[in-house]
Amino acid sequence: MGTIVIDPVTRIEGHLKVEAIVDSGEVKTAKCSGMLFRGFEKLLEGRDPRDAQLITERICGVCNHCHTTASALSLDSAFGIADQIPDNARHMRNLTMGFHQIQDHILHFYHLAALDYVDVTKVAAYKGNDRILHSIKAFISRGELAPFVPRYEGDYRFSSALDQELVSHYIQALEMRRKGHEATAVLAGKLPHACAVTPGGMTEIPTIDKIATLLSRAKEIREFVEDIYVPDVIKVGETYGDYFEIGKGCGKFLSYGTFDLDGGQSDYTKRDRLFKQGTTSLDLKHQTLDLDQINEWIKYSWYENNTSGHHPFEGETEPMPHKENGYSWIKAPRYKGEAYEVGPLARVAVAYALGDPATKDMVYSLLSHFNAPPDILFSVLGRHAARALCALHIAKNLESWVLSLKCGEPVYIDYKIPEEGAGVGILDAARGALGHWIVIKDRKIDKYQCVVPTTWNASPMDDMGNHGPIEQALLGTKVKDETNPLEIVRIVRSFDPCIACAVHLLNHKGRELRRYNMA
Amino acid sequence: MSDVKEISAVWIGGGTCGGCSVSVLNTVAPSIKNVLIDEIVPGRHVSLKFHINISAGAGDQVIKAIEETREKHEGHFLLIVEGVVPTADGGVYCRLGERNQQPIPFYRWVVELGKKAMAVIALGICSSFGGIPGARPNVTGVKSVMEIFKQEGITTPLINVPGCPPHPDWFVGTVAKLLLAGLPKDGDLDDLLRPKDFYGMLIHENCPRRAYFDEGKFAKKFGDPGCLYELGCKGPITYADCPIRQWNSGVNWCIRSGMGCQGCTQPEFPDFLGSFYEKLTDVQIPKIGEYWKKGEE
Repeated sequence: MGTIVIDPVTRIEGHLKVEAIVDSGEVKTAKCSGMLFRGFEKLLEGRDPRDAQLITERICGVCNHCHTTASALSLDSAFGIADQIPDNARHMRNLTMGFHQIQDHILHFYHLAALDYVDVTKVAAYKGNDRILHSIKAFISRGELAPFVPRYEGDYRFSSALDQELVSHYIQALEMRRKGHEATAVLAGKLPHACAVTPGGMTEIPTIDKIATLLSRAKEIREFVEDIYVPDVIKVGETYGDYFEIGKGCGKFLSYGTFDLDGGQSDYTKRDRLFKQGTTSLDLKHQTLDLDQINEWIKYSWYENNTSGHHPFEGETEPMPHKENGYSWIKAPRYKGEAYEVGPLARVAVAYALGDPATKDMVYSLLSHFNAPPDILFSVLGRHAARALCALHIAKNLESWVLSLKCGEPVYIDYKIPEEGAGVGILDAARGALGHWIVIKDRKIDKYQCVVPTTWNASPMDDMGNHGPIEQALLGTKVKDETNPLEIVRIVRSFDPCIACAVHLLNHKGRELRRYNMA
Repeated sequence: MSDVKEISAVWIGGGTCGGCSVSVLNTVAPSIKNVLIDEIVPGRHVSLKFHINISAGAGDQVIKAIEETREKHEGHFLLIVEGVVPTADGGVYCRLGERNQQPIPFYRWVVELGKKAMAVIALGICSSFGGIPGARPNVTGVKSVMEIFKQEGITTPLINVPGCPPHPDWFVGTVAKLLLAGLPKDGDLDDLLRPKDFYGMLIHENCPRRAYFDEGKFAKKFGDPGCLYELGCKGPITYADCPIRQWNSGVNWCIRSGMGCQGCTQPEFPDFLGSFYEKLTDVQIPKIGEYWKKGEE
């Protein structure tokens, strides 16, 4: 029996520690700990409700644009204008979040995950004419290999030629993700932390020069996803095929859906979206989403115990840093009392279960490379593949969204902040289901709550003793070399954890929130 | 042996969203590949020994890499601090790595590394001035690097590069100046330790909507032409060169996109600026020429 402690887990966002107890080379139990606490929601109390959006996007420098959009949806809903946002603004929100999510998926695959599979040092033997690879060869020959070493050693399987090609793509992807940010900023002002998404719509009216540049940018990023990103994920699948068999996880999936295809429905759970709302499990049967089924548990989180198991609207959270049995700043959200995985795999699984034709086509096309059934997707590589499919699905829609923009037409509707009210904004961020809940009193924020993707995925045990999705994905994993636990970090990174997002919450006093009409 | 001089750097993040790192990834020329792999200025390469998002390794091996840099390159490595430093309850609100099976408070890292670095860049509004995590009620007792240094008597040269996030040019330019011209000299930094190269003038002084302000033509709702002052713009009191530099390779920036400046390079951000959507109150609005007059005094 031995314990593997990985603190910090790198190449993710934020402060994550993973502890695994291993017996005869197999993970018997695992703990995921969020190691940072800031207290975002508490600092929102008493502020102008409109400020929520510009503050909550600062929860995360990686997922910021998903937060700003979710917050805008919650404010639109609280101000009673969710169904009146001009179509122009809806397309602009889709476009900015679309470009943002694609660059986020590229960032994750190449810059956060790829070094688990790709060996940069093999470029030392490069003999071709590629200038990028020559500069990396020069870097290696100087002998200071940080930040690419130290690293876990051992299982790097690509041939030198393929390794070199993927390193070259790693560098190209740096440029492409920067361009994804630029394209987002064309309509969103600046990135990270955009300013042009606002309750009521957007602040900038589209012009023809912006449409022209966005069309070219949309095409460029689509071609990168089609010609480089998706094929590279398939190459990893062909070489590390056993990673289609491990890291299955909790087997339950939840998606809020995302990218509004109509704006007339004020209930976001019923809105027509590009990615679909719902839940599913390994049987791939679709179930409708019910936001009332969400509860947060804190027996193993560093918070006072007295309100474990409440709906996000009713929670009361006081930090208790030295709590016995506590091991994380992350709470444990559960749906119908069970752990649910969120993220690209959940989005693909839910849309597939619903029979969405575009999703089914993409999944079949991918699976044909491996001559395998859909259930191989419930795995480490399945998550990477699903992420690439999500990028592809968005990329194929960007150009038509750009063409839907109307120069000179309104992007904003004025509103009055109500004396009292409540709102919810839900969407699927790049990393999964993201919800913002707001309650307004005396025209100020009374309470604000976010339940974010990594809170679901990296959650600790709940009061009933169920492990969180990442913890469950680690259970039973065979670790070949305990000093180089590549299997563990590959499983954890396949979820693309974002700890800045996961731990941001504090102190909610109210218990009567459900009397507000949330439509 | 190569002729290139290796400058070791350690980049640590405390109470941060990671947005400063992501912003620096957006640097265009030099590209982030140039910064990490190539010579950032001729004959010098920045060897990034630790960065949470980039480092290939994990766990004890990266903690060892940080500690080795601290000991082997004492007085010669560059420390970059992103995010606030939580100090309440012994620093339990942010911890990074373990020693003797005990998590290490981020606060300890800032002190231990800060003492031995050649220079420290506090990157972003959080490590410079507290930023959003430092806003009321500040339950985790966050402090800026400047406050920690004062409290601990650390005298290592410190440069604040605020912004939420900072522009990548502000960071890259600051590093380049350190490598080409050495530590900051008298007059290089303002009284808040910001490089005057980037934070020397008010947004208001270079704002393309300034003519509307002088004519008293104010936008009343978003999407309107006119000065954004009445919609909450903080440009009149915010020092940064965004209007000239613009953002994301120059495709846009806050005021050009129709939203007011949020004041994100100022220590007043966010608590002492009022709502982002409310007009500034009780401030003296400077006029064109004030900056130059100040210089002549």
